[in-house]
Amino acid sequence: MATYKPVVVQAFPKLGEKITQDTVYWRGYKTPVQIKEFGAIKKIDFSPVPPYNYAVTASSRIHIYGRYSQEPIKTFSRFKDAAYCATYRDDGNLLVAGSEEGSIRLFDVSGRAPLRQFDGHTKAVHVVGFLSDKYRIFSCGDDYSSSLWDIPCATEIVSYSEHSDYVRCGCASKVNADVFVTGSYDHTVKLFDARTKSSVMTIEHGQPVESVLLFPSGGLLVSAGGRYVKVWDVLKGGQLLVSLKNHHKTVTCLCLNSSGQRLLSGSLDRHVKIYSTTSYKVVHSFNYATSILSLALSPEDETIVVGMTDGVLNVKHRKPGERKEKSQKKRQPAYRTYVKGRTYMPKQEDFCVSKPVKRVLRKYDKLLRSFQSSKALDAVLEPPIRLYTPEVTVAVMQELHRRGTLRNALAGRDEKQINLLLTFVARRVIEPRFTSVLVTVADMITDIYQPVVGQSAIVDRQFLRLQEAIGKEIDYQEELLEVLGMMDTLFATFTNKGATYLKENKSNGLTEAIETNTNN
Amino acid sequence: MVAPGPLRVVRCGGSTLCGAKAVFSADSYLLCASGDFVKMYSLATEETLRLMGGHADLVTGIQLNPHNHMQLYSSSLDGSIKLWDFMDGIPIKTFTVGPKLLALYALASSEDSVFVVIPKSGERDTFQLVAVKLTKAAGQDLEARELSVILDGVDASPKRIAFGREGEYVASVKEVHLQVYFFKQKQLNRFSVSTAKTKSGNNRFTCIACHPMEDCIATGHADGKIRLWRNFCHKKEYTFSTLHWHHDTVMDLAFSMEGTSLLSGGVESVLVLWRNESDRQKDFLPRLGSPIEYISVSSDGTLCCTLHTDNRITIINSNLRFSKSIQGLIKSKDVKTDLVVDPRTKALVLNGEPGHLQFYCLQSDQQLFSLDIVQRQYIHQAGLNQADLVKVAFSAEGNWLATVEEREEVTDPELQLKLWFYDEETQSFKLNTRINMPHEDHITDMCFRDMDELEDESLILVTAGRDRVFKVWVMVEDTDPEAQQSVSWSCDFVGSYHNYQATNCCFSEDGSLLAVSFEEAVTVWDSVTWDLKCTFCHPPGKIRSICFGRLMCAKYLIGATDHGFLCCWNLLSCALEWSAHLNVLVLQPDPLSEHIAAVSWLSKESSLFVFKPNEPRPIYIQRNLCKEKIKLAAFIPRDEPEMIGSEKYLWLRRSQLFFLTDTQELMTLSTKSLEERLTPSSKQLAVEESLPVTPFSLLLGRHRRQQSQEDIDLGKLVVRNKHEQDSPAVKELLHTPAHVLPSASFLCPIFINSLLISKEKKSDEEVADEVEMQSEKTEDDSDEERDVTEMEQEDTSPMELLGEITCKLSKSQEKELRKIRKMDYSWISAF
Repeated sequence: MATYKPVVVQAFPKLGEKITQDTVYWRGYKTPVQIKEFGAIKKIDFSPVPPYNYAVTASSRIHIYGRYSQEPIKTFSRFKDAAYCATYRDDGNLLVAGSEEGSIRLFDVSGRAPLRQFDGHTKAVHVVGFLSDKYRIFSCGDDYSSSLWDIPCATEIVSYSEHSDYVRCGCASKVNADVFVTGSYDHTVKLFDARTKSSVMTIEHGQPVESVLLFPSGGLLVSAGGRYVKVWDVLKGGQLLVSLKNHHKTVTCLCLNSSGQRLLSGSLDRHVKIYSTTSYKVVHSFNYATSILSLALSPEDETIVVGMTDGVLNVKHRKPGERKEKSQKKRQPAYRTYVKGRTYMPKQEDFCVSKPVKRVLRKYDKLLRSFQSSKALDAVLEPPIRLYTPEVTVAVMQELHRRGTLRNALAGRDEKQINLLLTFVARRVIEPRFTSVLVTVADMITDIYQPVVGQSAIVDRQFLRLQEAIGKEIDYQEELLEVLGMMDTLFATFTNKGATYLKENKSNGLTEAIETNTNN
Repeated sequence: MVAPGPLRVVRCGGSTLCGAKAVFSADSYLLCASGDFVKMYSLATEETLRLMGGHADLVTGIQLNPHNHMQLYSSSLDGSIKLWDFMDGIPIKTFTVGPKLLALYALASSEDSVFVVIPKSGERDTFQLVAVKLTKAAGQDLEARELSVILDGVDASPKRIAFGREGEYVASVKEVHLQVYFFKQKQLNRFSVSTAKTKSGNNRFTCIACHPMEDCIATGHADGKIRLWRNFCHKKEYTFSTLHWHHDTVMDLAFSMEGTSLLSGGVESVLVLWRNESDRQKDFLPRLGSPIEYISVSSDGTLCCTLHTDNRITIINSNLRFSKSIQGLIKSKDVKTDLVVDPRTKALVLNGEPGHLQFYCLQSDQQLFSLDIVQRQYIHQAGLNQADLVKVAFSAEGNWLATVEEREEVTDPELQLKLWFYDEETQSFKLNTRINMPHEDHITDMCFRDMDELEDESLILVTAGRDRVFKVWVMVEDTDPEAQQSVSWSCDFVGSYHNYQATNCCFSEDGSLLAVSFEEAVTVWDSVTWDLKCTFCHPPGKIRSICFGRLMCAKYLIGATDHGFLCCWNLLSCALEWSAHLNVLVLQPDPLSEHIAAVSWLSKESSLFVFKPNEPRPIYIQRNLCKEKIKLAAFIPRDEPEMIGSEKYLWLRRSQLFFLTDTQELMTLSTKSLEERLTPSSKQLAVEESLPVTPFSLLLGRHRRQQSQEDIDLGKLVVRNKHEQDSPAVKELLHTPAHVLPSASFLCPIFINSLLISKEKKSDEEVADEVEMQSEKTEDDSDEERDVTEMEQEDTSPMELLGEITCKLSKSQEKELRKIRKMDYSWISAF
């Protein structure tokens, strides 16, 4: 004998992106704060020590912002022309910046005037940074040269002129105090060791290099240039590990998250993509209003700061994490209460009485089982089901229709209930997954309540809304069909084989469905 | 060496159980009329214990002999009443009455007569209840012509007459009239209900039951009401009360033994128990699966059983708990799926309960299991349009199952294509992919690409639809590693041909070509590039079915058209090889040989043609296969090739042809006589194979092997002889339900004796004589048996004669063989 089979609620495949751990993590930011700077923001650098202030280089100024402040807490503005690449030292006390006129200035974070000034580059210095021993600075400039400077003496230690174009990016190794990397517009990335007179490794990127990054372990090197982000294995002598092409404009900046598990890249195409550093697949992406020039993540990924070409600084803070349930849970029965008697093996002479398994049915299923159509419909029009799981409501409507009792269930309702029903129908009828059922429902409602139209203003308004919604949808579908026709002609000219044409046609149908869904 | 008897059409399942009420015997057996037979089931094991055949037509009534509860009366449309000893399954007496008998009643109070319903002579559609005097003369076949009319103008249905308390009166209903006849007073009272049709339907009587203790009659009506009549001995002062729960016709009623409760059932497939004849106290047993046709209660009141319209018996405890169900081939409303063979279990797969797929085991005449495809609650209500299964296809290894279900609707049909994967762990099919609306209109055909060696990677499903396209579905690996399943199905290619409806599709044996028929044309596609290779057409009429040749004939494509043509195209030359004028309904290729069976429908009879595609001349023709239209047929591979003497029947060697008629009776063609068929050799084999290897089984196995050795030596006859000699003991031991077995100590000597080799006692002469006798006997048996079920054959006698001659010729050889066999080779086994 069969038991009652509950109503099958159709599960539809989720269109669009799938919810993964990453999407949950990276979506956990508040709405961004926008700060207007004077010019394009070339560089953002976080102080490595709490309270994690960050230095923003834009135009001829360097602003230092506190974590939640929207006004700069400090400004360095002793530059005649544009300043470049303000970078913190590991201890967060010193800040170094290059400039258009070719000089490099070293500031104390608490002071105002530069502590040191290093002159030697003949053209603008776009890249400066501390080596990890804290006492040396490397710099690269538009004069194709890279130099090392000694901070205490303010003298140049060594200078390399191996690049054949502007050097626009560089990065120091965190493991070895003598090693740093530079990337140049001559399509190469060079690895320098301060102990030697020339570069120790040259990597051909293929495009003008806009950004380089060394992994904390120092073993992997990431370079960005053109539309490509490439990952190289330094320890294997600069072997290409993976080449990523996920942007459709030049990639301008790279950044690692605090754990080193995710790589972020910003591009002129207004996207920030986040890659997993194990699979090198895009796991999430952010969308911004304008082209992105610079990007930084605070320690612990608390803040994402993105600088744009139009001088807007976009700051996103992470939402405060959910407080863990501290409330005293009710004391659960002990484990032994549960296992009591369950492990008992019946003996041969024992008489076993099996306890029937109790099946839990939803309320609407219970009502449907006893053929109470109207009540079942009422049950699925309750707010939580109606609002959050409309598919359940529609599934029950469909089941009632199958049983031929939908008309009876819809009939005999008062103003409030009709209002509720019509609101639901008008809102959901345009969703493709519900359309076929809800059109029938709408038909029946109109049939049943036609004689009473005009008696209630609320119901009349709902009818008009329904009409409007359906009218809009029809127009929309017509437009889509037009587009489909156009695309078909295009595809027909491209293909010479009937079979492929048909294939395309099929995929068109699919995209149409997706479009309708996303637009709704 | 068996005389190659003619092919006989044998019924092998699905005969209707709804001829008469089931009867509980005094000791835990259930007796039931099934087609021309009476079946005896064990209530403990649900097994069919005995099949009692002898009637030449449908059995219409069975009743226990009220004076001897070990005997059973059965009546049939062939006009005879038989008295059976059902424990031994032997007919004791046959009373020939003459006219068709439509129902049978037996009463304890009437000494030597039973009551039957017969058509009134001279008038159509009027029936009368008569008492038949059963003479006590000696002899098996007796005449019983002494009829005395009791009631005139009764209904033909056995449910509409009931005998009251201790046989004092008989009540009968017809249309809106109830008549009660009192035997003692010889008084006839008539009552009627108003004929006016009410809103809820009309109130015709549909069934009747009498209270066993009181003067009370319960009647069921077509509008779902039950009326309880009392005081009906008065013509005027009668009263009745009404019970109403059923929303549709009450199909049957039954009082419990003491009369305290009343059982009723109907289309809703709910068994209702009314207590104390009141409207308030009722209990339900819902969802019994299909409409209830008959309800019967056992004499001790502990059990009751319901017979359903789909040929199922449900046994229910007295506290209204479902206990057991006996089911053979479930009769569904309409078999829309083909007859499909499950490659894994070799079971026949077709529509079962609504929305279910039944796996029917041919050997044991039992349902193996029923797979819920639609997974929705089925509402038993007339005129409701519910989703049902329409197409089924298995992949070659049986790992994948594709099903199509649809719900007919005027505006847009609801279609679902489901793909099921066989889960080894749970040993059942698990839903893998569900595709909503795979086609915009009905799916007409579906097939998998059968490629044995490359099962999973290259598996392709093709569906042809009335929406003028065919679609190719392939498996795709899921990219998401977190997804629960690794593969799912998606559409790969959509093909069409001049905007014609696609009607059939079929893959060639090697899977390289796909043939799709579009109305009048057959198109052939390359299954790798999906290019249209060529088209075939045979102008008048649309293509009804197509299939590729197999093995040696793989280069041929066969098609049958609406206008009665059977065409064979050569794929190499792309030309019509031959065509024949034949109205083919079913075209079925044998998967294991080149043979193709075509069933045609000509002037109200079905005929079978078996042919090879490479020659237009049929190998075998059987005209007048059966009177009904044959809708579906299937070749089922045999477990092991059968020995077939005649050249003519060689096509039955590897597989067996089964077909399903309009009335959903499963038939097959067999060369064996019924006797042989009934010895369930295959059943025993199956049991043996599944037995674990124990010392006991080894012992038994050697015993059996010896037997099979003889089989090879002497042919079937001696084996049968041997079989009868020693196997009953073993059989009894292994196949008797445990609860009826005597003690082991009693059985042991018999069993041990049966293992002893006793043939040394007999001289060769004796054995040979026995062989001859045996052969004669079998022929007698088969003759007798042919009278019962077999369709007559023109070329019977010459074949038989031929068989006898060959048999005699080989006798001397047999002797020699026997000598050889007597030599002891057991020393070989020592090595």
